[in-house]
Amino acid sequence: MILDWLLDGMVALLILAAALWTLAAPTPFAAVIGFVGFGLLASLAWVRLAAVDVALTEAAVGAGATGVILLQSAVRLRRGAAEVAAATPGRATTLLAGLLAGGLGLGLALAVLALPATVPGPAAEAAARSAEVGLGNLVAAVLMAYRGLDTLLESIVLVFAVLAVWAMGPDRHWGGIPGPRFARQRDGPLALLARWLPPVGIVIGIHIAWVGADAPGGKFQGGTVLAAMWVLAWGAGLVRPPSVADRRVRLVLVAGPLGFLLAGLLGAVLDGSFLAWPAALGKPLLLLVEAAMTLSVAAALALLVVGPPERRA
Amino acid sequence: MTATTPAGWLLVVALVLPVAGMLLAFVLGGRAAERLALLLLGLGVGVGVAVSAAVLRMGAPIVYLPGGWAPPLGLALVADGVAAAMLLTTALVLFAVALFGRAAHATPPDQAETRAALAYWCFLLALAGSLAAAFLGGDLFNLFVALEMLTFAALSLACLEGKPSQFRSELRYLLFALIGSVLYLLGTALLYGGYGTLDFRLLAGRTRADLPTLLAAALMTAGLAAKMALFPLHLWLPPAHAGAPPAASALLSGLVVKAAFVLLLRVWIWVLPPLPAMAAAPLLAALGAAAILVGSLVALRQARLKLLVAYSTVAQIGYLFLMLPLVLSGAAETASHAWLGGLLQAGSHAFAKAAMFLAAGLIATALGHDRVTALGGAGQAVPRAVFAFGLAGLSLMGIPPSGGFTAKWLLLTSALGDGQWWWAAVILGGGLLTGGYVYRVLAGTIAAPPGDAPRPRPLPHGPQNVALGLALISVALGLLPLASFGLVQIGRPGALGALP
Amino acid sequence: MSGPVLYGLLGAALVALGLFGLVVQAAVLRKILAFNLLGGGVFLLFGVVARRTAPAGLAADPVPQAMVITGIVVAFAATALAVAMALRMYQITAAVTVSPPPDAQAGDA
Repeated sequence: MILDWLLDGMVALLILAAALWTLAAPTPFAAVIGFVGFGLLASLAWVRLAAVDVALTEAAVGAGATGVILLQSAVRLRRGAAEVAAATPGRATTLLAGLLAGGLGLGLALAVLALPATVPGPAAEAAARSAEVGLGNLVAAVLMAYRGLDTLLESIVLVFAVLAVWAMGPDRHWGGIPGPRFARQRDGPLALLARWLPPVGIVIGIHIAWVGADAPGGKFQGGTVLAAMWVLAWGAGLVRPPSVADRRVRLVLVAGPLGFLLAGLLGAVLDGSFLAWPAALGKPLLLLVEAAMTLSVAAALALLVVGPPERRA
Repeated sequence: MTATTPAGWLLVVALVLPVAGMLLAFVLGGRAAERLALLLLGLGVGVGVAVSAAVLRMGAPIVYLPGGWAPPLGLALVADGVAAAMLLTTALVLFAVALFGRAAHATPPDQAETRAALAYWCFLLALAGSLAAAFLGGDLFNLFVALEMLTFAALSLACLEGKPSQFRSELRYLLFALIGSVLYLLGTALLYGGYGTLDFRLLAGRTRADLPTLLAAALMTAGLAAKMALFPLHLWLPPAHAGAPPAASALLSGLVVKAAFVLLLRVWIWVLPPLPAMAAAPLLAALGAAAILVGSLVALRQARLKLLVAYSTVAQIGYLFLMLPLVLSGAAETASHAWLGGLLQAGSHAFAKAAMFLAAGLIATALGHDRVTALGGAGQAVPRAVFAFGLAGLSLMGIPPSGGFTAKWLLLTSALGDGQWWWAAVILGGGLLTGGYVYRVLAGTIAAPPGDAPRPRPLPHGPQNVALGLALISVALGLLPLASFGLVQIGRPGALGALP
Repeated sequence: MSGPVLYGLLGAALVALGLFGLVVQAAVLRKILAFNLLGGGVFLLFGVVARRTAPAGLAADPVPQAMVITGIVVAFAATALAVAMALRMYQITAAVTVSPPPDAQAGDA
């Protein structure tokens, strides 16, 4: 009991410290490092909150993928100290913002304490009916069945995001290769890592996506690991991103959401309800959609890390 | 209790058609994306009509439960009167803007695919899907996802031209939109913690006036107000909307802010308990009143036509907030009039503002600039666009007959009828100021061009006709008898015999 | 007070810190970081809520957990877009903040 308290208290304090560092760090790069630490510590908090699926997602997407994007931008956005200084609000604004944020924080804290201790939610029904879906992992059952529409729309958001990021590039590079170019690493630690890690990582990624049906894990976490392996190889100059005009890449990007949609329509025809998993096709169809989603999530995450087209094909 | 109703499948069609269309358009690319978007947005009008007709025929909201899972375990798609009316409005405006964009956003004949054209057609479909999700969503978290979809679609349309001057204001827009979403999400966390569900129809009548609930509502309101650019959070909107190409500006000002408005109604009319809502509504309406006066006054002083139109959006959004204290006042007739007035304002502003931005874009193209002090000659070069601008202006001012007039008249009379005369004064003052800036533009366009100016370039009729058509719809809304708007009352809590 | 409440208070503190950072930090990258801290706080509150709406026999309600997973992925996508825009703005105009330049105040942008 006391050990639990010590552990929770320490995790919470470390998270708070990492957050403060992220805000106050002297350089953007140091701030981003602080943020990655924040994400990893937060995934510990999620384990303590008995939410292992979320912990995996936070570590993979929240700390990992977001961290890589932010690190890249911290490296590229080097100048502008004078502009930042000129645009930094004065003492009055800072004080006002502090009061506003502090007041909100206090109100939230009181609201958390005032929440009812137990609330009848849908969780009992979610557990009772999970056999109808055939997924032992309740979080997966919520994502794929009960609230499948959320997941469908979310996977579509990723497609929107990829096209939105691509469209930020200049007109003349449309059809070109996204992202900065990295020199091919012949030797050194990165080259070694980029050659040896991906085979292992790909197996782990597929495993995480595969076990998600019954144990913590799933397509978002597994897909992120797959994306990370590709990003590693890209950073070592071993692979080149495909052109944004390549129809095969676009097909991979939409395969997950489109497959989910088609399975949903099949459910409407066979089972009378859009996004119902037809009993006749059962788990194989669900696994097929999960596989397509894993692939699409991996592609979307990797391409979001890479960024808009920056040179001709 | 909740179950899929007859015609509920129409809601799936309304959502799936544009969303699947966007995915396909992205894969096919180039000219195929344009053809697919035009086809599906045209069909969208038919779907919008069908949903409205079904709601009217049933006299009650139509509901679809994806996967057959009933809330609170699952989530529902719901089309009540508001949702159906907004869906139809959206479908009409989107199709019109798509037709308008055929000239400006076509893939050039010598290229297989260009960045701007692909983004335009894909994100038109994306916008249609996001708005359908935002209007039809019955679950407050699902609505968060819809809001985020909308952010991506709207922002990409805003950045279409890739002009250097644009990124700063559009990035500021993105930051405001994201903060708005995250505050809204924070509210949903508290609500789920209090009630174990986020279905707004299940929450209706069940919420308590305790700290978590009130804080949740306050956070969600603040987030949505940031997205709607309610005074004093309005500064991001004018440069962001004015910096976009005309077709995108029309959609951002006409439609995108309305999604946050519908969510605001969900929170205030459905989720929040009536007593605290009644107490807090005047505050929000006061900010709306300030938006009307400040937005109009600043619009009056603008040197650029597009910024003038964008500041007018800030003012016109203010009117939407005036409806809250009137709808919540307790008197059944006041509430029903104010409700219709507010929604008619949302609808007629969508048509009028879209028309105005399209017309402003055409005027700027014809003249080669959009300085308000040098609009002379536009009247000869693009007469229909100028006429569309004028008609849309009538609706924004609230001059009969126009949808804007009926909307403002309903708000005015319900304010007077309920003894809240100060809102009536704001409505009248706002109308006068609007008249001022619309007159400034029209008088300028009719004047002869300055002697040293290059001759204005006459433009083809097609795009002008689209602007004119939208303006005519905004006027025609005022010619319909009030009884024909019974649709919007369906499913409103407190409306006679229509409790969910 | 129990463990989850501790994380609830932490969530509230993170929301406050994130909001403060969003207002007072001028550099876009810092604002994006603050937005992510704010989001992290909101997600933690969902996690605390999940402990309270869990019935006997379940450690945590799966519904809010699924919402957080969705939220994390969406926040990532939003961050990617914001970063892409910030980098593009920097490339074209060398600007690293979104505060309007002083000469654009008169509406003559």
